[in-house]
Amino acid sequence: MTAIKRRRGIALLAGGVAAGLLLAACGGSDDSASDSAGEEAAAEETTAEDTGSEEEEAAADDGDDAMGGACDAYADYMGNEGATVNVFTSILPPEQQLFEESWAEFEECTGIDIVYEASDQFEAQLPTRIAGGNAPDIAWIPQPGLLAKLVADGGPVPAPASTEALVDEYWNPAWKGYGTIDGTFYAAPLGSNMKSFVWYSPQVFADNGYTVPTTWDELWALSDQMVADGIKPWCGGLESGGATGWPATDWLEQVMLRLYGGDVYDQWVAGDLDFASPEVEAAMDVIAGWMKNPEYVNGGYGDVQTIALTPFQDAGAGIVTGECGMLQQASFYANFWGNFDESATVGPDGTAYAFYLPEISSDFPQPVVGGGEFVAAFADRPEVQAVQTYMASPEFHTSKASLGTWVSANSGVPLDTYAADSIDQLSAQYLTDPNGIFRFDASDLMPAAVGAGEEWVQMTAWFAEDKPTAEVLADIDAAWPSS
Amino acid sequence: MSVEAQEIPRLPEVDPLEKESIPQAARRKLSSPWASFVVILLTFVWTIPTLGLLITSLRPAADAQNSGWWTFFANPAVTWSNYSEVITGGSTIPSGITPYFFNSFAIAIPAAIFPLTIACMAAYALAWVRFKWSTVVFFTIFALQVIPLQMSLLPLLQMFNLGWNLGPIPIFPDLNRPGSEQSLLAGTYIPLWIAHTMFALPLATFLIHNFIAQLPRDLMEAARVDGASHFLIFRKIVLPLSVPAIASFAIFQFLWVWNDLLVALTFAGGTPDVAPVTAYLANIKGTYGAQLHLITAGAFIAIIVPLIVFFALQRFFVRGLLAGSVKG
Repeated sequence: MTAIKRRRGIALLAGGVAAGLLLAACGGSDDSASDSAGEEAAAEETTAEDTGSEEEEAAADDGDDAMGGACDAYADYMGNEGATVNVFTSILPPEQQLFEESWAEFEECTGIDIVYEASDQFEAQLPTRIAGGNAPDIAWIPQPGLLAKLVADGGPVPAPASTEALVDEYWNPAWKGYGTIDGTFYAAPLGSNMKSFVWYSPQVFADNGYTVPTTWDELWALSDQMVADGIKPWCGGLESGGATGWPATDWLEQVMLRLYGGDVYDQWVAGDLDFASPEVEAAMDVIAGWMKNPEYVNGGYGDVQTIALTPFQDAGAGIVTGECGMLQQASFYANFWGNFDESATVGPDGTAYAFYLPEISSDFPQPVVGGGEFVAAFADRPEVQAVQTYMASPEFHTSKASLGTWVSANSGVPLDTYAADSIDQLSAQYLTDPNGIFRFDASDLMPAAVGAGEEWVQMTAWFAEDKPTAEVLADIDAAWPSS
Repeated sequence: MSVEAQEIPRLPEVDPLEKESIPQAARRKLSSPWASFVVILLTFVWTIPTLGLLITSLRPAADAQNSGWWTFFANPAVTWSNYSEVITGGSTIPSGITPYFFNSFAIAIPAAIFPLTIACMAAYALAWVRFKWSTVVFFTIFALQVIPLQMSLLPLLQMFNLGWNLGPIPIFPDLNRPGSEQSLLAGTYIPLWIAHTMFALPLATFLIHNFIAQLPRDLMEAARVDGASHFLIFRKIVLPLSVPAIASFAIFQFLWVWNDLLVALTFAGGTPDVAPVTAYLANIKGTYGAQLHLITAGAFIAIIVPLIVFFALQRFFVRGLLAGSVKG
């Protein structure tokens, strides 16, 4: 009996070892292939041409003449055939495919292979990879604060002059400021989102004869009109798991920027203006008369306290049913309407649409609070700089925007690139307006202990427990790191 | 050993009024109808989350996202499209699970075999080859288990990518790709194999040492008398007799590596060239939030392999675990 078992055991072990050796061999050949990355890329290119469409083949045969037309736009990026550039991002599929599609022509013309790698652990992995000597060539940084931290630790390399020139030409100056650390320009903006929107139901507005308000006073006149008509004018929700409270920080940012303009907003972000200052207290009073006004909220859910309990994804349910008039939320809320009604459409005649939250004072015209990613490079090889510059160019931004569900603040992107009357087009219209005041989401810029911690907690308590405003603001200040 | 040998005869002297031994009592109590009922109930409760996963993986996307899996019983709708999307790729995910599946094998099998091979040899040497300080070496290896692997991730990553010199002596060379700052090892399985091997060695050596040390001394001595070398004894006597311990640790290590995400993400990254199934599952949820129907389908495909491994080698697993602990 033992003899049989023993033999079986040996067979098992032998089988395992054999399989292991086989796989090790496979792995080995894999490695030797990637040793010569250049050759590999070159080989891929030839196969792509061999198996490609007739057009491509013709182009390859005719050389410069045929491809010239399509590839003229990429003349500045030429001379790096066979090179590979790694891009590390937090943007997962299905967005990934759209990015790969948007630079396919660039890859084909320049011969640079852009390898896209996404991870939902991006923010934890990137510092590890940099410290471990395995930094990607390019990373898309979702927050300026993270960029500043990376630069302080040493990692990103300054952007080439060609990138900087494009940013100077096509972006609102505030954007360049967010990519500049201690006077050195590192990162050009990539995608953007727009937070200064108010969502509403065009159907409800049409039925009641309401018009979209274009001034701050009209907004409150409309709210009062809705109260008179028996509709709760506003709804909101703060619940968002570990980030519960963030929508309320957005409301505060909207009001701060509208009341005091960009300079005071910047001081507030930098910590030079306390939360417990008269300015912030006045802004909180505005929100108290808006989202904490029992007459106005919480459409579809109940009293003021329900704002703290309602998941932000669900907050807009009342808009669809007609129980709530308006919802202040960012452009990305367009993705959520399908949750309430499967056939929901977004547009001026659709289930829901958005208007710009009006300015308060003409001293500070068209304030826009938004966000976006930044393209930081960790190597200065020519092909990396070529890709970095390409990612700031209007050509790339137009190519990506034409694929939908993406907004660029690059003013070189024609507005008709976006689908007509889409929320993306409306966002781009405000983000690219050179006369507007753009500021990044303040809670993303403040130290994490405040912007991604105490501010969320205290704003939630302000709604949930009706905690006195002065205490809320003092407690947020107390969380500010002392150094 | 000798102390235990003296203790064993004393056992029957325990109170004669107690008619049955402790194992017998345990067996009788555990096989009562009530105990069986509790065990079945626990098993059922324990299985519910897995059942939920299975049902979610079979539901159409809209159903899975908008309602709990238990509503399936009121509104049964079954589709295989989640599985086909995970396997071949679809609108949400660009590539299917297949390359990642291969990567997982290519990572897990060598990462189980390397530490086992080294640990078996080390365990034999520590148990049966007499040399000075062997006990100290053994306890040092055992003590290395207290180092959390998270602590060593960054130093290891630096070693792989930048090399590591102890003063003037190069311990690990800085292998740069010609004309680039990228390490030759970046984007290959090799750092993963080395890392997993290193993390596994202390426990593997300890477990297998304990097993090998209990093999009868007579066997070894007889072999020595017949003129067998250490290697011959190791190969012909120790290895075949240690199969339960080796197999149980092999399963253990294989499952641990198969389910690992942290080490894989740190050393290999997330590209389809090297990333394992776990990295794929972590990214499958996409930019717009949870793709519950796809995550569950992917998870079910990913657990097929651990299940096969476990059921195929189950008897070794139980015997091997017991072998280290209960001394006959």
